[in-house]
Amino acid sequence: MNSDILQVKDLHVHYDTYSGVVKAVGGVDFSVRAGEKLGLVGESGCGKSSTVLALLRMIKPPGRIVAGQVLLDGVDLLRLSDEEMRLARFAAISLIPQGAMNSLNPVMRIREQMADTMRAHNGGRPKRELQDRVRELLQWVGLSDWVANMFPHELSGGMKQRVCIAMAISLKPKVVIADEPTSALDVVVQRRVMHTLERVQQELGASVILAGHDMGLMAQFVDRLGVMYAGLLVELGATEGVFEEPLHPYARLLIDTLPSLDRKGDFKGIPGVAPSLLSLPPGCAFQPRCPHAFDRCSVDEPAWQEARPGRWVACHLWTEGRG
Amino acid sequence: MTALLEAHNLTKVFGGGLLSRRRNVALDNISLVISGDRPSIISIAGESGSGKTTLARLLLGISQPTSGQVLYRGKDLKRLSREEWKAFRREVQAIFQDPFEAFNPFYKVDNVLNTPIVKFRLARSRSERRELVGKVLDMVGLRPEETLGRYPHQLSGGQRQRVMVARALLLNPKILLADEPVSMVDASLRATILGTLLKLSREMGISLVYVTHDLTTAYQVAETILVLYQGSVVEVGDVEKVIRNSQHPYTRLLVGSIPLPNPKLKWGTEAIETERTGGRSGVGGGCKYAGRCPLVMPACHEQLPPLYRTDSRRATACFLYKESPAVEGVELMSSLSQGEQASHKNG
Repeated sequence: MNSDILQVKDLHVHYDTYSGVVKAVGGVDFSVRAGEKLGLVGESGCGKSSTVLALLRMIKPPGRIVAGQVLLDGVDLLRLSDEEMRLARFAAISLIPQGAMNSLNPVMRIREQMADTMRAHNGGRPKRELQDRVRELLQWVGLSDWVANMFPHELSGGMKQRVCIAMAISLKPKVVIADEPTSALDVVVQRRVMHTLERVQQELGASVILAGHDMGLMAQFVDRLGVMYAGLLVELGATEGVFEEPLHPYARLLIDTLPSLDRKGDFKGIPGVAPSLLSLPPGCAFQPRCPHAFDRCSVDEPAWQEARPGRWVACHLWTEGRG
Repeated sequence: MTALLEAHNLTKVFGGGLLSRRRNVALDNISLVISGDRPSIISIAGESGSGKTTLARLLLGISQPTSGQVLYRGKDLKRLSREEWKAFRREVQAIFQDPFEAFNPFYKVDNVLNTPIVKFRLARSRSERRELVGKVLDMVGLRPEETLGRYPHQLSGGQRQRVMVARALLLNPKILLADEPVSMVDASLRATILGTLLKLSREMGISLVYVTHDLTTAYQVAETILVLYQGSVVEVGDVEKVIRNSQHPYTRLLVGSIPLPNPKLKWGTEAIETERTGGRSGVGGGCKYAGRCPLVMPACHEQLPPLYRTDSRRATACFLYKESPAVEGVELMSSLSQGEQASHKNG
């Protein structure tokens, strides 16, 4: 079966700092199927944002993409010229940014910002046509016509985020990347924005990559889930499977520590802290905090392997078949 | 007997001065009682703009209510003598959302722990001070040798927040007010910090006021919960009742919107009412939720619904429950703050 629309191979992103090289993404492999919703979950500093921004080649200095391939429909985005990449953004792969509040131009009406995106890609088009398209897009994300005449500060956070969704889908991309799209929103608004995104994604048939830290949101939204730790994917599989039986100890602890409405007053955290990306421990990066660590874990880095059909994991418990 | 900390019909209005005609009612007639006889945990929950932080600031005496009063041991905060004010400052401690902002980045973290010791003369000698600091760090699960002598940026967010809890503990408080203490902390540490707070409450007899937008953790931590909407209480009572069997349409919407970390329990896909851009409503008028409420009735637009006591340990401000007796906020809160021993034996 090869309906993969996007393939990411051995992606490395480094940041050069005065204290040394921060390996934010240390070799990540995954693929996204057409029309699929894929989640990348992890705590702050695990490399999820760097990963998704690298797909768009939006890593800014001192960060750089050191190695890897990002194949969109077989074309390696990392090898395109800057101008080709500019045209591919929005048209082939687009971004719904983290803070909608800060990503819209405060002195431009929504109408102009949206038309601007389309003009930058399709060149001059009759004004009428652009205006109609803006109205159509706003309707699509559930906003009224009058929103087009507003400035960003006149809209609520949820409305701004939906304007961002409308812009992200305006050129019908194949892949939409959403980097914590609702982290600043209240739960009710969050639910509404995610429903909008889901509906639009289905109608458009696009794939979505959702990066975030909220396991609840992932459970509700994505088809497959990747768990990241210290710049690496440690587990990837169908969302239900990962939640039901997480194979990697970190994924298990992360799911076990979630507060829920079922268990009350039972608090377990994950002991220890995430390692510095400047100096990762030898072997497996999770080994100092892992309750199941054994000798080999502090020597070899575990390989990324398919432990079960469709379930990928990087852990020696599965290399040795002990799981 | 007098309660430790009480809020009587607090209202806070912003604006409405010379320069702006628009009055913003941030808080509208809110009451709260913390008896102090036993450690209680009360959660103030609401979305952004619901007035929860304003309420916290009034309770701490950081800002003054437009009307209503905050009473500490039966005495209005405005009338406290210097000595009493100092005692209040000592017994009621707070920790805030962003543990980074509370530190001066130029000083080592030791400074934040030593300052209250000096101000309140908690230690007589250097060794006594060191012992005291070691003790409180230990209580929050930090090792002094890994924490002291470092600068704030060298600690993780979770560690910084725990230092703040340790600082509060130095003063041996009766009440700890935590305003969104874990919203900027990673998931794996959130549980650790909330667990620490709960443990401290039980072991040291500290009452907690937990201010949050996150109903899941509020449910986990609290016994009593107040749900705020645009400055008014919509539902208040035992957390079990309010969260698991919500009455007010707004509480139901909130609880239904929690993204549960279980792919088998999907969010409902029923249409959620459309967003409004209008500002908040002013004083008077009807129920503030009427414009969004799917069950709205004519009466809702005319008058603000009072709290109806639908059962012994819960009240809901909604005309759907007008068969139940109406109850005054203060009266309700004082009865909720007592007599829970029988009904609450959790953990």
